[in-house]
Amino acid sequence: MSDEANKGLLSPLRRKLLMGMAAVPAMTMLPRASFAQAPATSAVNTTGLAVTDTEVTVGILHSATGTMAISETGSIEAEKLAIEQINAAGGVLGRKIKFIQEDGASDWPTFAEKAKKLLVNDKVAAIMGCWTSASRKAVLPVVEQYNGMLYYPTFYEGLEQSKNVIYTGQEATQQILAGLNWIAKEKGAKTFFFIGSDYIWPRTSNKIARKHVENVLKGKVVGEEYYPLGNTQFNSVINKIKLTKPDVIFTDVVGGSNVAFYKQLKAAGIDLAKQALLTISVTEDEIDGIGGENIAGAYACMKYFQSLDNPNNKAFVPAFKKMWGEKTVIGDVTQAAYLGPWLWKLTVEKAGSFDIDKIAAASPGVEFKGAPEGYVRIHENHHLWSKTRVGRAKLDGQFELIYETADLVEPDPFPKGYQ
Amino acid sequence: MFGDYSIGDLGSIFVMQGFAGLILFSVYVLMALGLAIIFGQMGVINMAHGEFMILGAYVTWMTSNFFQSYLPSLFSGYFFLAMVLAFLASGALGMLVEWMLIRHLYKRPLDTLLATWGLSLMLQQAYRSIFGAREVGVELPQWMLGSLHVTDAIEVPINGVFVMGLTVLITIGVAYIMFRSRWGRQVRAVVQNRIMAGAVGINTAKVDRYTFALGCGIAGVAGSAFTMIGSTGPTSGQLYIVDTFLVVVFGGAASLLGTIASAFSISQTQSTLEFFMSGSMAKVLTLLAVVGILMLRPQGLFALKVRK
Repeated sequence: MSDEANKGLLSPLRRKLLMGMAAVPAMTMLPRASFAQAPATSAVNTTGLAVTDTEVTVGILHSATGTMAISETGSIEAEKLAIEQINAAGGVLGRKIKFIQEDGASDWPTFAEKAKKLLVNDKVAAIMGCWTSASRKAVLPVVEQYNGMLYYPTFYEGLEQSKNVIYTGQEATQQILAGLNWIAKEKGAKTFFFIGSDYIWPRTSNKIARKHVENVLKGKVVGEEYYPLGNTQFNSVINKIKLTKPDVIFTDVVGGSNVAFYKQLKAAGIDLAKQALLTISVTEDEIDGIGGENIAGAYACMKYFQSLDNPNNKAFVPAFKKMWGEKTVIGDVTQAAYLGPWLWKLTVEKAGSFDIDKIAAASPGVEFKGAPEGYVRIHENHHLWSKTRVGRAKLDGQFELIYETADLVEPDPFPKGYQ
Repeated sequence: MFGDYSIGDLGSIFVMQGFAGLILFSVYVLMALGLAIIFGQMGVINMAHGEFMILGAYVTWMTSNFFQSYLPSLFSGYFFLAMVLAFLASGALGMLVEWMLIRHLYKRPLDTLLATWGLSLMLQQAYRSIFGAREVGVELPQWMLGSLHVTDAIEVPINGVFVMGLTVLITIGVAYIMFRSRWGRQVRAVVQNRIMAGAVGINTAKVDRYTFALGCGIAGVAGSAFTMIGSTGPTSGQLYIVDTFLVVVFGGAASLLGTIASAFSISQTQSTLEFFMSGSMAKVLTLLAVVGILMLRPQGLFALKVRK
């Protein structure tokens, strides 16, 4: 990166020197010739974004401090890796990506404020950021008002669509339905017990799951329980699970509660080798805290597992570990965050412009063949077509891929019949 | 809701639910004891209590890693050493904090609230910088995992039994120190009348420092024990702080017996309600009941008569 930056700094000087001594006018074209493929800035940036002849600036907006840092650290790491790789491969429209990182500090108004700073002061060409739905909801009016572009990595509850957001994670139906179908078929499951943390994502997801269980699978939900975020005591609900003996425990508990839940489940003698448990909130990242021995045997419904066996992933995992350490693990959202900068690059190149309106219009149909999860494509509704996969947790904290949908699943953020 | 179940099923569930309540009770007592000493005996509102607990948890994690790498043969017993180290580490940090910060604020109780809150933020960020933002998994020896199989339906979680035993031991220890030892007599004298205690030759500054350190040390042990049932991350301490204050305030600030009674009533209400309704609703009703009772008895369940 530094070489390129030096070239950028030197070129005006070099140009002057050359001009001074050049008898041949064509010589003055030499410095420019090094950016031969790069179209003129005035042509690709008509709205005053932070794009120069050599650089384009994007923003990274995640929580590096506060409670959410646990989850968002992986996303930050993935986005930086993607940016580095894109730069190594020649950048975007011949320009190197420079990033400005802001800290949302796990505080939603701070997210909105920092998003505004990135868009208004720094004029970033795109923002890779947000993790929780609450932070996205805080940032959404800002990116819409100042016409920015947000690449949002987390699987989430759906019920949203914006010209100014690309959702690189799964919306709820993409994540849940195929998993429920699989477990109903595979385990002959008829009764389900839902347990989640008490906020919008688990409640919306469980609502969709309940409709699917009752209307499509013709099964029965024998319990639906919510605990406050940060709850650490689950013995009562575990007793209820023992009493109702569901075929499947379906969970979307998040954060520190997650760790407490699985530790207590194990301590209460519920053996996940015999009791089927399907979670939509545990990735390799969470297992780090939970401990593989406490969750081995559970099924997780995601679109990506670190253990996926495909050429893209086999290049991605070592690159990630080389940059961030041997011990780091890569969860579903981390991979989705990695897609953000790449999809943006591909979209910019398809549109031939950094202008937000042109990117928004060009996004549908953009394909990324190098995604670690395998081929993905942006849908008209700015979500991704992606596969749903079920993995089984192993003792070492990795997942073993058990099932994947044959085709890409269409994103459907406003599912009919599920609301 | 019980129509569909057999008498046997229901019987064992009630036994299990009783255990769940007792475990919750022990957890509440364990996390509130340290705060009860600091808040009750010294009047210091220690908002960084949770962070002292998490220090204990991180010490446990480091001990576990050390044993795995260097003394794998002794791994099954590491937890006891870890608890001692957690006590020492949190106690030492507590002593340092008292010396640097708290002792300058004794006459300004509301300022201790702000200062310790700031301290909690600093500690959180320190943990994040040192141990990383992600949660760490503390590996436990095999014998501490799983449950004791009583009947097919009744299984007693081993970690729950462990926490109960630990709570009983520590409570007895604290009661002994407070009410039977010479040092405890000094502490109680300082609480009742600081000036007079000083006049009869008690070194009140030293008593304060050791009381604060003891409270923090117990928080460290609690944090160490909670690695069995909860998460260990930079902000995990925040998960406990609200419940801890609830127990201490409801019990009556200056009373050890009050803390225990309060932990018992809150945990039993909570766990019974949780069984009959959803977790969030149970929490709301428990809090409502606590608020209602505190309106009738602002001094809490038990209150010492202290000369002001």
